[in-house]
Amino acid sequence: MIYKVISKNEFRAFVDALVRANTSYGPRQVDTGRNGEPVYQFMPVSSASEIAFDYTVTTSSAKHLIMPFREELSKFRFRDGDWDQEVRYDAPPIVLFGLRPCDINAINILDEVMLNGPYPSPYYLARRKNTFIVGMDHLPLPDCFCRSMNRHTVSRGFNLFASDIGESYFLSINSSKAYNFLKEFETTEPTEEDDCKLIERRKLIKQSFKTNVEVTGLPMFLDLEFDSPIWEKWGNKCLNCGSCAMVCPTCYCYNVEERVATGLESSSRQRRLYSCNLIDFAEVSGGHNFRPKNGDRLKYRYYHHYRGFAINDNQQICVGCNRCGRTCLASINPKEVINDLRLEKESCMTCVSPSPQRS
Amino acid sequence: MNHLGFDTEKLKIGSFDFTCCEGCQLQLANHESTLPEFLALLDIRNFREISSERLDDSDIALVEGSITRSDEVERLKAIRAQAKVLVAYGTCACFGGMNAQKNKFPKEECIRTVYGDKQIDTMPEAHKISDFVQVDYSIPGCPVSKEEVERIVVSIATRSPIALPKYPVCVECKQRLNTCLFDLGEVCLGPISRAGCDAVCPSGKTVCLGCRGPADDINYASFTELVRDKGLSTEEMREKLAFYNGFTEYLNHEG
Ligand code: SF4
Ligand code: SF4
Ligand code: SF4
Ligand code: SF4
Ligand code: SF4
Repeated sequence: MIYKVISKNEFRAFVDALVRANTSYGPRQVDTGRNGEPVYQFMPVSSASEIAFDYTVTTSSAKHLIMPFREELSKFRFRDGDWDQEVRYDAPPIVLFGLRPCDINAINILDEVMLNGPYPSPYYLARRKNTFIVGMDHLPLPDCFCRSMNRHTVSRGFNLFASDIGESYFLSINSSKAYNFLKEFETTEPTEEDDCKLIERRKLIKQSFKTNVEVTGLPMFLDLEFDSPIWEKWGNKCLNCGSCAMVCPTCYCYNVEERVATGLESSSRQRRLYSCNLIDFAEVSGGHNFRPKNGDRLKYRYYHHYRGFAINDNQQICVGCNRCGRTCLASINPKEVINDLRLEKESCMTCVSPSPQRS
Repeated sequence: MNHLGFDTEKLKIGSFDFTCCEGCQLQLANHESTLPEFLALLDIRNFREISSERLDDSDIALVEGSITRSDEVERLKAIRAQAKVLVAYGTCACFGGMNAQKNKFPKEECIRTVYGDKQIDTMPEAHKISDFVQVDYSIPGCPVSKEEVERIVVSIATRSPIALPKYPVCVECKQRLNTCLFDLGEVCLGPISRAGCDAVCPSGKTVCLGCRGPADDINYASFTELVRDKGLSTEEMREKLAFYNGFTEYLNHEG
């Protein structure tokens, strides 16, 4: 890693040149909410003036720019009773600008799942390799809990990371590409004062978290609470709408569909991001549904995020961005569900159960 | 036609309209880029919008519109008797559709308002076709989505399973990165309506009115709670639920 300091104006000029020369995505205001609050999303940007540098948070994560909501896996052509398959891993280079530490950590988790498992995805690899990531730090929103998940700082997975130290940005440069781009702009070596400012900034960020979700020992709690009534309670609220998984930066489940062309001469095999909360997530051929109940489906979403599955080394995959909580129309959010679960367990450990009645 | 080594015969198809705007039939002639391929799959027996043939032996009968007169019931039953597969085509056929607006008012008042003093033969309520005949497949939508129709026809031609999405519109809406209309202070039926339209209405900043009917196993109780929690009008919600008549069992159940 190489460190540099750049003035805010110069950084803007650098970003402008970068996004003008490349297909780029960055935070943009797309709407104004009911209470006058701006709504942001990662959208295409072609100049620095389109980017909301001081955005709060995007409703949806940047996941779909590396794992599209719908993607063709292969094309089949039928001819003379036979067929050919065509597979393409094209991924034009893109720039993702303005990702937060939690977002970059989320991509690192996706890398783990999509690239380091027994069946690495060439589709994911092609996009990931061609993605240039510029991160930016920020003060947490009142409901962010990435600190609880220990995902509030990031040391890899980006090309360049900018920390706000007042008049300038402290840059962490993590790739030769980023280093070369930056050569044409005026940067300085960090002084001792800059280092101090960076440490102050990190301290401030760390102290600004208002939401804490207690996750220590959670995997065990989850195992013990497998049959807890809280799943039914929260499940009864769930609309099975999948919004949480769509906006989540680490939900990666997908469904594969075959689309035969209307002329029957070809067909396209497509991957579509899916969600374990959707009613037919665990439905198999013949119609049997292994998880017909809302509560069971919601439970597995929490298991995957806070206990982990074997595929990702039993690691928690939630980064604590709370996008799912903000988007859920049924007011289901990790903080309350997990608190409920702990309360249930703690009250059960402290209560004295009466001895069985003598008959 | 030969597909993957087996022959597919052209599907004999007929389209029949009842009380409706014929907009769904018109959709069939849309999507020009694939129209020749689409028509090549079909042997059109009865189709006002795209052909002058009038034959009554169809494998597949697409039935469009709701049933509002007693003579329509007879005609519908005759179509059922001849068709191998009967498809409820469009929101009116699937649920009664917009025509069912009249179900809320006395019959005489409706006739007077629309036709004045003219004598009109009409039933007190507009019905979905499954009130009278067995329906094999439903393709809801006001209007239907041509892509979905093509997909289903291709599935019939290739003998593949036919299915509509079971999940609600929100999935597609989120995939289009729309701002949720609830966050803008509106009541949207997306969380309980069947997906498959690519969330076309919310993408145009118009709430979903559930023209595709309820998704599978919807959580109606949680939905009404959501409307109340957001401080939005349940009256408005009920009006929207009644718009296409797809949610009657939930509205009636609530009393
Ligand atoms: S938890 Fe919320 S966002 Fe997720 S599926 Fe259930 S209702 Fe939808
Ligand atoms: S199983 Fe559920 S929680 Fe896990 S990645 Fe898939 S959609 Fe997300
Ligand atoms: S589960 Fe929720 S809080 Fe955790 S990473 Fe996904 S969207 Fe963010
Ligand atoms: S606008 Fe409607 S369809 Fe879209 S997410 Fe909100 S409730 Fe769902
Ligand atoms: S968004 Fe709702 S009303 Fe609009 S087409 Fe889709 S199902 Fe119909």
